[in-house]
Amino acid sequence: MTKLIKHTIIVQHLLRHPSILIFLGLLSLFTITIVLLSEGVGVDLVPTSFIKTLGKTLCLCMVAIAMDLVWGFCGILSLGHFAFFALGGYMIGMWLMFARTKIIVLQAAQNAPLPMSLDEVNDAVGTQIFGVVGGADIPVIWTFADIFWVQIGFVFLIPGLLAFIFGWFAFRSRVNGVYLSILTQAMTLALSLYLFQNDSGLRGNNGLSGLQNIPGLDDTPQAIISIWFFIASAVTLGLVYIVAHSIVHSKLGNILTGIRDNEDRVRFLGYNVESYKLFIFVLTACIAALAGALYYPQAGIINPAELAPVASIYLAVWVAIGGRGRLYGAIVGAAFVSLLSSYFTGGHAPDLALGLGTLRWTEWWLVLLGLSFVVVTLYAPKGMSGIVDRFVIKGNK
Amino acid sequence: MLYPVSVHRIFAIMVVFIGTYCSPDVRATASETIKIGVLHSLSGTMAISETTLKDTILMLVDELNDEGGLLGKNVEAVVVDPASDWPLFAEKARELLTVHNVDVIFGNWTSVSRKSVLPVIEELNGLLFYPVQYEGEESSRNVFYTGAAPNQQAIPATNYYLDELGVEKFALLGTDYVYPRTTNKILEQYLKDKGIPGSDIFVNYTPFGHSDWSKIVADVVALGAQGKKVGVISTINGDANVGFYKELAAAGVSADDIPVIAFSVGEEELSGLDTTNLVGHLAAWNYFQSADTDANTTFIAAWKNRMGGNRVTNDPMEAHYIGFNMWVQAVTDAGTTDVDEVRDAMYGQTFPNLTGGTAQMLSNHHLSKPVLIGEIQDDGQFDIISQTEEVPGDAWTNYLPESSVLISDWKTLGCGMYNTETKSCVQIKSIY
Amino acid sequence: MIRIFQILLIISLSERLLTPVWADTEFEDLLIRNAPLIQKSSSKTIDPVLNEIQAYGGEDAARFLELWKNKKLFVLEETRELVVASPAGKDQDGKKLLAISGFISRNDLGIVRAKAAKQIKPNSGVRAKIASALAPFQIKSDDPNIRSTALDTIYRRIHPLHLEPLRQAMALENNAVLKERMEKAYVLGIITHGNDISKIVDSIYSLAGDLSLETRAILNPLMKSEIEISKTIPTTGNIARIIAPDISVRPSEARRVNPFTMTGGEAELSLDAAYQLLIDRELIPIPVNNEKRDQVLVAHINSGYIGNFEVSSLDTDAARNQAYDYLAQVNNLPRRIDEEHKKRTISEYVFFAKYDRPQAITDAAHEVLIGIQNKVRFFTLLDLVLDGLSLASIYFLAAIGLAITFGVMRVINMAHGEFIMMGAYTGYVIQLIIPSYTLSIIVALPAAFILTFVAGVLMERLVIRHLYKRPLETLLATFGISIALQQIAKNIFGTQARPLTSPEWLDGAMVINDVLAISNIRIAIFLLSLVFLAVLLYVMTRTRFGLETRAVTQNPKMASSMGINTDKINMLTFGFGSGIAGIAGVAIGLFSKVTSELGSDYIVQSFMTVVVGGVGNIWGTLAGAAMIGSLQKGIEWFNPSNTLAAQTYMIIFIILFIQFRPKGIVALKGRAADD
Repeated sequence: MTKLIKHTIIVQHLLRHPSILIFLGLLSLFTITIVLLSEGVGVDLVPTSFIKTLGKTLCLCMVAIAMDLVWGFCGILSLGHFAFFALGGYMIGMWLMFARTKIIVLQAAQNAPLPMSLDEVNDAVGTQIFGVVGGADIPVIWTFADIFWVQIGFVFLIPGLLAFIFGWFAFRSRVNGVYLSILTQAMTLALSLYLFQNDSGLRGNNGLSGLQNIPGLDDTPQAIISIWFFIASAVTLGLVYIVAHSIVHSKLGNILTGIRDNEDRVRFLGYNVESYKLFIFVLTACIAALAGALYYPQAGIINPAELAPVASIYLAVWVAIGGRGRLYGAIVGAAFVSLLSSYFTGGHAPDLALGLGTLRWTEWWLVLLGLSFVVVTLYAPKGMSGIVDRFVIKGNK
Repeated sequence: MLYPVSVHRIFAIMVVFIGTYCSPDVRATASETIKIGVLHSLSGTMAISETTLKDTILMLVDELNDEGGLLGKNVEAVVVDPASDWPLFAEKARELLTVHNVDVIFGNWTSVSRKSVLPVIEELNGLLFYPVQYEGEESSRNVFYTGAAPNQQAIPATNYYLDELGVEKFALLGTDYVYPRTTNKILEQYLKDKGIPGSDIFVNYTPFGHSDWSKIVADVVALGAQGKKVGVISTINGDANVGFYKELAAAGVSADDIPVIAFSVGEEELSGLDTTNLVGHLAAWNYFQSADTDANTTFIAAWKNRMGGNRVTNDPMEAHYIGFNMWVQAVTDAGTTDVDEVRDAMYGQTFPNLTGGTAQMLSNHHLSKPVLIGEIQDDGQFDIISQTEEVPGDAWTNYLPESSVLISDWKTLGCGMYNTETKSCVQIKSIY
Repeated sequence: MIRIFQILLIISLSERLLTPVWADTEFEDLLIRNAPLIQKSSSKTIDPVLNEIQAYGGEDAARFLELWKNKKLFVLEETRELVVASPAGKDQDGKKLLAISGFISRNDLGIVRAKAAKQIKPNSGVRAKIASALAPFQIKSDDPNIRSTALDTIYRRIHPLHLEPLRQAMALENNAVLKERMEKAYVLGIITHGNDISKIVDSIYSLAGDLSLETRAILNPLMKSEIEISKTIPTTGNIARIIAPDISVRPSEARRVNPFTMTGGEAELSLDAAYQLLIDRELIPIPVNNEKRDQVLVAHINSGYIGNFEVSSLDTDAARNQAYDYLAQVNNLPRRIDEEHKKRTISEYVFFAKYDRPQAITDAAHEVLIGIQNKVRFFTLLDLVLDGLSLASIYFLAAIGLAITFGVMRVINMAHGEFIMMGAYTGYVIQLIIPSYTLSIIVALPAAFILTFVAGVLMERLVIRHLYKRPLETLLATFGISIALQQIAKNIFGTQARPLTSPEWLDGAMVINDVLAISNIRIAIFLLSLVFLAVLLYVMTRTRFGLETRAVTQNPKMASSMGINTDKINMLTFGFGSGIAGIAGVAIGLFSKVTSELGSDYIVQSFMTVVVGGVGNIWGTLAGAAMIGSLQKGIEWFNPSNTLAAQTYMIIFIILFIQFRPKGIVALKGRAADD
């Protein structure tokens, strides 16, 4: 364990890998440029809605890094990491909803003749939050929703615990390969079905909404809040990148790659393969949860549809298209595909007039995207970064 | 040197995107035309229902422009696609209001999408016309609800069951989400108030797209063993209805034995079904295509002319028809499209319903509309067997203790959640 | 009084029937007198009109009721004349036309515009009452079908006026089936409307063991009881049970009759409910609860103080209680109630349930019902088993293609669900072309097989062939194909569910009794999955193709060196698996719905079915489907109001199951087990 800490000491690592600085430099440059161009504090060229999109994209890049660590470097094709992402969002969302509603309730209480008792405040908050979905009582799982730091702890604890329990069972019984993929998919399906129930305690299909309104910041316009979240996402992405990079370039990283390439051989060398897999599985779950906790306040609403199995498969696809086994590949893939998807499905792209009829991007984009996976897996297994590699290698020659 | 190339790429791509999102042609034309936003999913699961509404608004806009536009300007509809993705609704609403600078938005179908949009339009003081029947318990300063509130659909339908059909045992079947949950909660309380014991109310929720109905239908049939007339109130949504009605037909349940009244099944949904086995089952709406009035005949003709002869009309379309025309009248009265002035001008606006009578916009942002009950016919249409006078929509139901003390009155009280007991405004912003 | 009136009615009715006086004007008068109630009818106001018409009797009345019920009557807008009308096409302007004839005169009155006549539309409640009034006429009809319709009406709700005609008709009936139904209807009628207790009791016993819904619907209300309250245990009246609030639970019989009133371990009458009941019956005054306490407190606020208590300090219940108690003492207000007080008050009263009917009847009904309920329970269990089997067969059908492509070939095909969807859409398209439902299904089955077979072969050739060494990437590539296919289906057919209508002979259900019934379509799916199982077993174990497939999947190099064309075998096997998915699609579409998401609904379950059952073994898939299907139904049974929870628990169970038995239920042994 001390070894591990030594290896992740950031400064040491930075000195050894100056290439990280280039990434961080570009990320900061990008962040500063966008902030300067923004509607909120800059010259009003980039509207708030797009700032939010960019902020969310940075979070998706983060979860893509997590996916790359677990799949690209350790060979575990998890089709459930979006579940951790969404769980992180739910945990922070609980605090956001509760605290905001409580402020509203307390404001309303100022007109009441008698001061509200704690129970009455909780009842009123419960009616507000759960009245919408036909309930009134605050479920047990909301016990700590009022305490910011506890919920922040839950952001890591709950997804981490789920990942630990699931991983412990799965790796212990040597479930691997496609079986593990199917199991992780089943896990996220089970979780989403559970959350879809109205009685799940997390407002069922409605999910948690109004998350963009940060308690206590009622007077701050979204234009400003979105900038904060954008910067926070960028900073966190930078940190996650450093952590991921240092893991990949440590002895731990070598072992992980070894497990990916030949699990049995690593095991015969005397390593406890299961522990390593479990460690990376839990760590990436926590990274995904952190990304989710930053993502959903920008999205404004979280509901169980977010953790449908297909979302996690998309995550794998981003990493595959970007190029797995390379951290920047994951980032490129996530940013490129998710932005392109929202561009084409958002009706921004003009329809293509072909000879026989018009090609409507909103209708045909998914078909193209689907077929492009096939092409990428067949002909460019290293994804887009593979193409980059080719250029770089050519350039070096 | 790997990194510079890839990061440059990201950057280049982002610049391209920013360019498209804020291209100048979008921002410059605000003064020459009046822009209205259309926020309906054109892809994803809700596309089938919502695309129809987008087309309705486009048809109404075209008709308006043919007649000379509004305030001497042309009206331009800005259509965006939130793709049945709830967070995207909020994003697109923000885009409509801040990038496209629309004066009003017509949109949303599901409650969850409305709840997603609410914070945005309240923050930016937008105006939304929401055309679908919903669960109530909400009143936003920035939303006009042109669909039915529970007292305009669920309660009259239940009364019909109690009074006309003599139903004594109720099966409330619904899809597990907010609209059925809240509606059933209201109905349960209402039925109990009417003297139906809790043991005679059977509630069941199924997931979206549920297909295995045999046990639930068998359970409902078994309710008849108590010797009481059984009736089903269905808030089952979308595709799941297909399996449900198929299983009903297979079990030989006729409308004479166990009637089913549905709140989410209209002409559009029936077009996915063979209705011969469903004849006699019911639906409650504020509009049916079979309504026999001149205005409706004209409307249907215009719709079929534009979209094709086999297309049907439905209730949310009428809601948009009324909402759009009322907004046009309000803008004309106010002489501006400014949201606050239009809102004030909206109160008391009247417009003839397609089913006869007149709809009026109330100060709680709901309409007064007649309630119709129709029986399914073998041609996929409804035979209207009951039509009430106009019923004023109620934002807060009177049948739940916690909301019976609340009223919404934006015109005089300036409050959407006013507690009549403590005589104070509970809150200005709505619950989401 | 009412009874006398009814008897009078029957007498006058039979008089009419005996002497069919043909009095046009008289009946017309009757109709004109009641015109407003007839034209705008409501269940609440229609009874007197129907009584009058029934009392008038005769063919005219029957014909009128018949036409009225079938919405054939119209009122001419101008003359207010009552006419019979039927649609007669459209005129040149496209306006609808009606052919009308006089109701009384029966003369043809020509054709008018639809706008000129207003249809009289009784709602279904009124129609039910009309049908009930019509039943005494119909039961004497010469047509057995009409007599049967009349019986259906009578079974729905037996009316005292039905009894006499029923008795007469019974005597004349020569159709054995109808006669039996009539006799039973009469027995049920006697139980509900009879006066003679011994006759009723006999009738009740005659129903022993009959678990039809009608019987239970008649017997259960006899057991109706009301909760009553008194100071001491009463000695008179037919007491059902004494209820100890918060302790005694509802007797278990109720549970057997109707699973939904299941109260489990919950007390029949909670303390709060009992207390509320005391308040409702005005046995005790409305107590001071928290709400009332706060009202009083608010009323006594005096410049920020209530007595000595500062208002701002009253933010806990304890503080408010204290303030109220102080006020109560000073102002002589009623005391607050607490749990202790509540319990004491309740203990002063006896709560008991009292039957409405006399003991002889309730005893008999109880005895017969217990017998019936035991039978019902048995059949309900059987029904549950059938439901589980049916669900299992659906899962099996959805998964069986995968059992080949995934189970035997180890190819992860995420587009498998989309092959199912393609099969279903094939069925839909073929129904558009061939209108006969039977023929179209017969055509659709092979067509779906061919289409998905070709699609499977294409996919194997173009994509999967290149990825045999990289199974995880097959998953991604086929997922890409899956979303592309799904979107293409959306683009072509839209997102609205499309109808795939089953032929008439698959409509309806096989009804063993009123508890045990299973729809024909489910039986068909069950049989189909059995056929599939047989075909698959035969192909894989008894044919050369199967042998070669097994050889290729076990050791491609060896197989190839034995002269087997591995490429061809892989291609055909994959095509075969996909083709079967296509046929499954038709079947699944028939019983549920055809949408572009049909496939993705089943894909995860299908994979789990194969994995749970044990990869590489068709019997395993069968075992997996059986387990998942019955498990899901079992969980649903315990938690009837929540299907989603059942699915969640089932998946969690499967995840756990796989942890402990990673190779599935039927694990392969030896070499074949090596991956």
